[in-house]
Amino acid sequence: MGVIERKLPDNKLTEAIDLVVNWARASSLWPMTFGLACCAIEMMAAGAARFDFDRFGVIFRATPRQSDVMIVAGTVTLKMAPVLRKVYDQMPEPRWVISMGSCANTGGVYNTYHVVQGVDKIVPVDVYVPGCPPRPEGLMYGVIRLQEKIFKMKVLRR
Amino acid sequence: MAVKDEKQFKELFAKGTSLGKVEEDVMREAFKTQDLWVNMGPQHPSTHGVLRLILALQGERIVDMEVVIGYLHRGTEKLGEFKTYHQFIPLTDRLDYIAANAMNHGYVVAVEKLAEIEVPERAEYIRVLMAELSRISSHLLWLATHALDIGAMTVFLYCFREREMILDLFEMATGGRLTTTYFRIGGVADDLPEGFIDKCKEFCEIFPERVKDYDDLLYKNRIWLSRTVNIAKISAEKGLSLGLSGPSIRGSGVNWDLRRSNPYSVYDKLDFEVAVFDGCDVYARYLVRRKEMLESCKIVKQCLEWLEKNPGPVRAKVPKVFKPPVGEVYAAVEAPKGELGYYIVSDGSTRPYRIKIRAPSFANLMSLPEMCKGHLVADVIAAIGSIDIVLGEVDR
Amino acid sequence: MAEEKDRKVKAEPAKEAVEEKEEAVDFDQFVEVRKIKERFPEAIEDLKYFRGELTIRVKKDFLIDVCKLLRDDEDTRYNFLTEVIGVHYPDREKPFEVVYHLYSVPFAKRVRLKVWLAEDEEVESVCCVWDSANWYERETYDMFGIRFANHPDLRRILLPEDWEGFPLRKDYPLEGPPGYREKWLKEHLPNYNKL
Repeated sequence: MGVIERKLPDNKLTEAIDLVVNWARASSLWPMTFGLACCAIEMMAAGAARFDFDRFGVIFRATPRQSDVMIVAGTVTLKMAPVLRKVYDQMPEPRWVISMGSCANTGGVYNTYHVVQGVDKIVPVDVYVPGCPPRPEGLMYGVIRLQEKIFKMKVLRR
Repeated sequence: MAVKDEKQFKELFAKGTSLGKVEEDVMREAFKTQDLWVNMGPQHPSTHGVLRLILALQGERIVDMEVVIGYLHRGTEKLGEFKTYHQFIPLTDRLDYIAANAMNHGYVVAVEKLAEIEVPERAEYIRVLMAELSRISSHLLWLATHALDIGAMTVFLYCFREREMILDLFEMATGGRLTTTYFRIGGVADDLPEGFIDKCKEFCEIFPERVKDYDDLLYKNRIWLSRTVNIAKISAEKGLSLGLSGPSIRGSGVNWDLRRSNPYSVYDKLDFEVAVFDGCDVYARYLVRRKEMLESCKIVKQCLEWLEKNPGPVRAKVPKVFKPPVGEVYAAVEAPKGELGYYIVSDGSTRPYRIKIRAPSFANLMSLPEMCKGHLVADVIAAIGSIDIVLGEVDR
Repeated sequence: MAEEKDRKVKAEPAKEAVEEKEEAVDFDQFVEVRKIKERFPEAIEDLKYFRGELTIRVKKDFLIDVCKLLRDDEDTRYNFLTEVIGVHYPDREKPFEVVYHLYSVPFAKRVRLKVWLAEDEEVESVCCVWDSANWYERETYDMFGIRFANHPDLRRILLPEDWEGFPLRKDYPLEGPPGYREKWLKEHLPNYNKL
């Protein structure tokens, strides 16, 4: 973002636009299903009957082209890393990344020859959710934090 | 209608007559086209993780298929050589994360066999109870995702509702939902908490009725039948030769369940039926797992009855610095996906010299190309679902 | 109840790292051993019986014959290959061990076959006996670099195809050779760690 850089000042008009656009963006976050390992099951549970992600406007979308946020749920291995980056590049801007679980955050217990030590080495991460695996409540909290972050964004300028 | 030659075929083709499979074969000979290679995965919602398939297509039919795995290879076996015997237990959870207790079970059985540790009977019953609850939860998740892939969305929500009940039970006993790490070498971590047995009984009462709910949606559903019957067939002999085990091979009429044929824990004292169906197709595998859920529920009830009457120790004394004798053992249990085995080579130190995990999903996946050849692209999804793979276990 | 309390919880794993004294086992009681001795008298190199499991170490050249015999014989019928395992013993003269676990579905029993290999030796693939050996052997090749002769498709299976080294060998560090992970990622991801 930031098409018009440092040209528009913050005033009532631009702030009103920010509010509307950010409200729209934050309340219909479509995450891409990027389930890699154990955390994917908790991500699915978060979308199912009890936790019901839909009430936050979060609807899982299977294609990167139409999704806003990528939830990296699980261990990222070396073989998977180029795929992950490619999928991230296919997502339209603005895009966000939630790193879910210890493996995606830092590599977790798997400090081995074929595991990337943290997904933030490959894609920029907005929210880290700790846990092995995090409970659905944890992921939900992460998504709410991301929504708060989106509300602080400025449209078309930096 | 039999098509004899190219000329007749072209006439029919011009008229727009619809063609059966036999005619398609003739057509393939008449209009020999190049195979179309289609990539599927590793980021695909119906591959249950990070499986990648490369399909060779003639029209919409699959002529060849290559399975590419390793996108979740985390080096668990190598890591095991750097952990003590106790420390390896949490790593087994993360192999088949849907049925973590079953994974623990295989490992502790192997280590106990190696060191000849006798486990208190109460611990064995608790283990069986937990493993069977895991089996139900695994099959529920399988049914949920399998039905979702084929197009029945409601089943997903129903199954997860019951699955949450089981996860609540796990949470009561172990504190964790998925990766419970409840089993220890020589027993289980702790006795069942107060109120667990009542709550578990409640679940056993409710569950068979809920299975009827799923049946209403699937059992005789015409869409479900047309997507599963006669799809992805595999014969018993071919399946065994390809290493197929567990519910998948029982769907081909092989009466082989390690809980019965080579009983471990206290399975020889429990009364249950082995689910065997001989349809060889996706539907038969669905029937096997459906029946297995009900049978597991029966086992859980028996365990609860026994546990109510017999208090006692739940853990044998095993030293913290645990050094099993030199030797090698292989022990296998019937995990929800099939035969799960651990081969442990000990050199007498605190760490295993080599741990090899015989993961059922890895072997089951091998028969996927055999199942899919000649079917349509859409049936690949049904076939993947029917062998119930977990990529954490495939790649380890 | 009383029984439960009286139960002696046995927990006496061996205190020292000494190989347990092997009891003399009459190996001729096992039908597998008898059959192999009958047909291929020179095939067996070593026999072991530990924790109720029979281990037969066979000569490498006889492996396929022994496997076919065990699979097809009416009294053994080992129709299911459970797994193929590599083990690395760097101190031995023949550092690699390939272990085959066979299971007989009709008789519900197991047997373990073993072959010892030197560094550059190949062993015949058992793909012609059980189809499932295909992936098991590919995995063993992937992890140990043990080559299987006449294998239909011997490639890496879990690791990327351009991977160097064989991770489960004992001289391979857990985290890979120093800097290898980063090097590999940099080769495959142009903007790795430049965020």
